[in-house]
Amino acid sequence: MNSNIFIVIAASAIFYGTPLFFAALGGVFTERSGVLNLGVEGMMLIGGVTGAWASLHVGGSAWFTVVAAICIAMAAGAAVAALHAFLCVTLKANQTVAGLSITIFAGAVGLSSYFANIWKVAENPVTRQIRKLDVLGLADAPIVGPLLFNHTILTYASWVMCAVASWYLFRTKIGLQLRAVGESPQTADAMGISVVKYRYIHTMLGGALAGLGGAFYSLAIVPTWVDGMTKGAGWIAIALVIFGFWRPGLTLLGAYLFGALQSLGTVLKSRSYDIPGDVLDALPFVMTIVVLVLVSTRFAHKRIGAPAALGVPYEREER
Amino acid sequence: MTNSAVRMTGVVKRFPGVVANDGVNFEVLKGEVHALLGENGAGKSTLSNILTGLYRPDEGTIELNGSPVVFGSPKAALDAGIGMVHQHFRLVEPFTVAENVILGNPETPFVIDTGTTAERVAELARRYDMAVDPNAKIWQLSVGEQQRVEILKVLYRGAQVLILDEPTAVLTPIEAEALFRTLRAMTAEGRTVIFISHKLDEVMSVSDRITVLRGGRTVGTVNTRDTSTRELASMMVGRSVEFSRVVRQSPADPGNVVLSLTNVNCEDDRGRQALHEVTVTVGRGEIVGVAGVAGNGQRELAEVIAGMRSSTGGTITVSGNEVPNGRARAAIAGGVAHVPEDRLHTGLAAGHSVEDNMALKNYRTPLLSRFGLLKRNVITSQAGDLVSKYDVKTPDTATPVRLLSGGNVQKVLLAREFSTNPRVLIAASPTRGLDVGAIETVRGRLVEAADSGVGILLISEDLEEIMSLADRIVVMYEGRLVADIPASQATREQLGLLMGGAKMEVTR
Repeated sequence: MNSNIFIVIAASAIFYGTPLFFAALGGVFTERSGVLNLGVEGMMLIGGVTGAWASLHVGGSAWFTVVAAICIAMAAGAAVAALHAFLCVTLKANQTVAGLSITIFAGAVGLSSYFANIWKVAENPVTRQIRKLDVLGLADAPIVGPLLFNHTILTYASWVMCAVASWYLFRTKIGLQLRAVGESPQTADAMGISVVKYRYIHTMLGGALAGLGGAFYSLAIVPTWVDGMTKGAGWIAIALVIFGFWRPGLTLLGAYLFGALQSLGTVLKSRSYDIPGDVLDALPFVMTIVVLVLVSTRFAHKRIGAPAALGVPYEREER
Repeated sequence: MTNSAVRMTGVVKRFPGVVANDGVNFEVLKGEVHALLGENGAGKSTLSNILTGLYRPDEGTIELNGSPVVFGSPKAALDAGIGMVHQHFRLVEPFTVAENVILGNPETPFVIDTGTTAERVAELARRYDMAVDPNAKIWQLSVGEQQRVEILKVLYRGAQVLILDEPTAVLTPIEAEALFRTLRAMTAEGRTVIFISHKLDEVMSVSDRITVLRGGRTVGTVNTRDTSTRELASMMVGRSVEFSRVVRQSPADPGNVVLSLTNVNCEDDRGRQALHEVTVTVGRGEIVGVAGVAGNGQRELAEVIAGMRSSTGGTITVSGNEVPNGRARAAIAGGVAHVPEDRLHTGLAAGHSVEDNMALKNYRTPLLSRFGLLKRNVITSQAGDLVSKYDVKTPDTATPVRLLSGGNVQKVLLAREFSTNPRVLIAASPTRGLDVGAIETVRGRLVEAADSGVGILLISEDLEEIMSLADRIVVMYEGRLVADIPASQATREQLGLLMGGAKMEVTR
């Protein structure tokens, strides 16, 4: 029963959707503060390569190594995001240009590949990887086993994070103030909320989550370092933020939808369906375009509530 | 003085190219409504932005309740009990009233309890007689209600000194009355109100004392009951200004029709009918005033004539030639000039230079371009001529228009529109938001144009303006022209009734 094609696709949708969700959740935080981050792809790759390096070089127990790798990947993503925040918040640069530059600078054939070369991570497969767990011994239970009880620890963590993020954004004072900064920084500033601080912190939080998503590729999905291994997942994550209407719950659903599309190729090929692999590989990106076209209509813009100040640098003393 | 709430001494604030405050002295007593009166650009907003910590003064001291203070940020000023209600509201549109009120308040608990917060906000609103639903979203509220939210915000933070920047500019007369009652309730509790305005009548009716600013300096402080609008006006502008019917050099020629609308219909942005069978003519050298409360089709009327909006019926002719429907370029070629009500968005490209804006209407002519290439030197020299002819105050013609003051922006727009030698000018609220001096200049230019034969359709909510300039007055109500009266026979009372929708025999 558990080899039913729908269950296989659903289970792998959750697996492939997990890194997309991490990166997209980061995007939700960043964009809610009014900063557009097109550097996600670059930040994911930096997270991927530093995570792979750490899993090869940090000693100790397997658990310790994996935890250390995750922390290092998140710190690396946050560091790149700090650069983005410096460009966008402090220097008030054009956020689109800054984000694109970061992806080009840090991404494939950029800094991440350079690190991979000098650290020689590509030559060694990652042995201490993030494996799927058999929770409560229920991994083989019919239907619910593969769907709920046979995931990596990070997938379970992502569910907790989704709930916490919703609570943080919509029930806490800091979340309210964060949303105010993204909607109307003038208002927030006049009420004594530091626009700069909120934007820095949430851009870096977004970068850390992108780094985590990247590490999921190099430690769980592939699991080794391959140049440009995220293959555009960062761009899908950016579309997912919009698809999820800047809300964590909807973003999680969207991530699994795109995860399903990504896994479709692997699953169908293994069952010798005769569909060209290139067509299947292109599906998530076709879907991305469709989603972006749909949400770009004027109606959608009025309804779904993009942060009003998204992409706009805040200047106080304009005259 | 012991009961001084705020005392500002020798405040100087310089911006690149201007001294906005030049040694201002300003003292407000506890429990009074103190009006800060002055023209646009007199330094009122700068002074209040200094008091609320948004700007730092270059020189001078601020004392709060007798002890000197330095505010590094709006938060510091708020914490010290000074709250500001800005002219342009600082509200987060998708948030509820209650969320806006508690925003940034250090006493808000980490986890927000929506019910309790809404109840506290509602209670505060009741105490000051302000009707507003704490659970409504800001974008659902009228402008008057949004202003109440702004006031609630600063009261909730415990502000003892409230600064209101031109609060009545956006209010209906009834809403303004309600605001004045709220202000009285606040001063009765010992709070202090600083009321920034350039409207003489409301300053006289609401304030206890008045400080007048002019050109960044304090002219003086007077007790309201010892002064008069006439005295305040002369303090404000430095000379006495009288509005009376203008004297025309050459009389209007209503028989020689330059603009004619016949049964024109059109729809507004939402697809509802905005103009109903509008028929009106403007003669050579004639100023026809269109009176009416905003939102009765005036904007659509202007846009239809200027070719910015398609009509759904009827004809428009300029000097006898029919103007093609909804084509702005054809309207311009036909001799229509347009001064739209939204100067900086519809009228001019705000981020572009003065000279580029002045060339926007005739850049296609052989004078300014050849083979699609602009003649920059001609554009610059044309702009230089217009700047001196229209007395535009600007550092140079390369300065972006958005950096100019409201009056000078309007001069740039008028200069450009008149530079094409139009037959017809549509002027929509041409003096709104301008100071007294600039109003005089703009009105002078309109009269000058009419004297030279331009037919002018003057759309304005300002009855004073229409009655002093127009030869003939039509009244718009719900998309229809409900009256057509020679200006010499019109009375304020009669026009006010017509604008309010009262029925009357059309004298035609």
